[in-house]
Amino acid sequence: MAKNNTSNWNGYSLKPRKDMPEGLWVKCPSCENMLYRTAVEANMDVCAKCDHHFRIPASKRIKYLADEGSFDELLANMTSNDPLNFKFRGTSYKNRIAENEEKSNAVEAMRIGKAFIKGRGVMLAVMDSSFLMGSMGAVVGEKFCVAVDTAIEDDLPFIVVCCSGGARMHEGVVSLGQMAKTSAAIKKLDSAGGLYIPILTDPTTGGVTASFAMLGDCIIAEPKALIAFAGPRTIAETIKVELPEGFQRAEFLVEHGFVDMIVSRKEMRKELARMIDYCKK
Amino acid sequence: MEEIVNSIDQADYLPFEDKVAGIDRQIKELYHLSSLKGIDYSAEIRRLQKEQVAEFKRIYSDLSAWQTVQVARHPKRPLLNDYLDSMVKDFRELHGDRCFGDDRAIVTGFGQIGREKVLVVGQNKGRVTKEKIECNFGCANPEGYRKALCKMRFAEKFGLPIVTFIDTPGAYPGIGAEERGQAQAIAVNLMEMSGIRVPIICIVIGEGGSGGALGIGVGDRMAMLEYSYYSVISPEGGAAILWRDGSKAELAAESLKITSKELYKLGLIDSVIREPLGGAHRSVHDTVYNVQNYIVKTIRELKRKSIEVILEERYQKLRNIGTDATVIMSAKAEKRPEIKSIKAAKRRSSVETLS
Repeated sequence: MAKNNTSNWNGYSLKPRKDMPEGLWVKCPSCENMLYRTAVEANMDVCAKCDHHFRIPASKRIKYLADEGSFDELLANMTSNDPLNFKFRGTSYKNRIAENEEKSNAVEAMRIGKAFIKGRGVMLAVMDSSFLMGSMGAVVGEKFCVAVDTAIEDDLPFIVVCCSGGARMHEGVVSLGQMAKTSAAIKKLDSAGGLYIPILTDPTTGGVTASFAMLGDCIIAEPKALIAFAGPRTIAETIKVELPEGFQRAEFLVEHGFVDMIVSRKEMRKELARMIDYCKK
Repeated sequence: MEEIVNSIDQADYLPFEDKVAGIDRQIKELYHLSSLKGIDYSAEIRRLQKEQVAEFKRIYSDLSAWQTVQVARHPKRPLLNDYLDSMVKDFRELHGDRCFGDDRAIVTGFGQIGREKVLVVGQNKGRVTKEKIECNFGCANPEGYRKALCKMRFAEKFGLPIVTFIDTPGAYPGIGAEERGQAQAIAVNLMEMSGIRVPIICIVIGEGGSGGALGIGVGDRMAMLEYSYYSVISPEGGAAILWRDGSKAELAAESLKITSKELYKLGLIDSVIREPLGGAHRSVHDTVYNVQNYIVKTIRELKRKSIEVILEERYQKLRNIGTDATVIMSAKAEKRPEIKSIKAAKRRSSVETLS
């Protein structure tokens, strides 16, 4: 396609095209239409033409899920102290955290807090893929466990928006251990009779899928979200086979029996509220 | 010493052991010469053997992370079958996950270690090519993890302690594995193992590769053989992702802190089991002996406690992983403008009825 051509030839002229004013328009990665940013945002970051769900940071997610102003954050300033003293490619893990903080305006890859969804009190944990790919390190694990403890204590349904590239490699086995830690916490919540609903959004992969994301009483996914243990690239490289269309998408997981339902972003609040009502004792 | 040297003769040498290999060649030549010409070289041979042992001690006292990975992947390193053969009496293998099939990458069964009746759950990599293919090179599929859990529930019902042997490059990344829920199988194992009402001992005997290792690696005690490794990602994978260069595996191995020594220092494992000089493959017998001692000692120790105490300690142990790797910053409190009091929100939002 000429669209992707690197030369300046656009069919009419060789002059470089005038750049679009930045941030006013966004291109939908799915249907490739140009969309007016304000319109997309008004539509909860969903493409009006093809129903593509854009990846959104935790702050927006909270805005779209919780009743206005009801999110009461816990442990907002918790950060990692770099247990391995990890250095790579001329930089260090600490630097990367600082850079990501600047860039994504988030302190960590998960935010937790009490909130209301259509007036129903919940414990909400939201992962942020804009912070180091939403990877799970010690802070995510610890926040998750504190959220579970609070949910048990206050008898609140626990809702987690999963969105992660997996375990945070910069923390080595500490991050691997978080898989066991979060799963043990879910076991505790389960024994206490608490409701746990993970919402799997694009992308949920690796150590997060292989721990708390797959342990819900009711597992909800957003349409077309990538949900995988090993990412498609890893699989393609390992077994050298072309992957089938729609492989590891939310619809694929429903078909294979690992997700309860697919709910679009606009319906999410309503569906969560309904599920909470069903499970009220 | 004689015994060490004899077993050394048969072993393959790793690249960083070339000096020892050189001495070994010299010794062999001397033996050959003495038998050929009838000259007595025994003094010289003894000197060389001493030198060889000293050299081994020097190399192995300061093994780098990448060298450890090489030892852990040594083709002659004792595998699950070696432990089953020489340590577990009356081993009765139990097959199948009652759902899909029988994964050969994970072996489960009852047996006796010392005088303790236990359930053994172990990952098998296979020694010869045919066996390797059969066990998928130690990369388990979901049915393997489900089989492990199924048998653990069986053991739980009748109060048998569980011993798991971890030796896998990782859970298998394949189309079928994804279709059958690799992630879900591992996740359920992690959750259920945290609450199984019998003691669980986990031992990394070779490679402890990521989620695939953790899938049977949650328990009351986590031990590692001295020159095994345990990592969140294979050194090659880590190099490809973090360094964007697969050839930086050596550097990645070093940075990811994957050796038993480092992990013990970080408090992520409970014990390091000693290996014979020059690695486990130099003497299977000694390795198995050390592992058996550890298992018997630990089971006795755990059996003295009530199961409620064991479960609470297990939970606390899991709950505290990485807690000391977190800190609360104080300076950035003003960064979150949207935090408002929950009381105000409560006033505003009454329960909406659903249409």
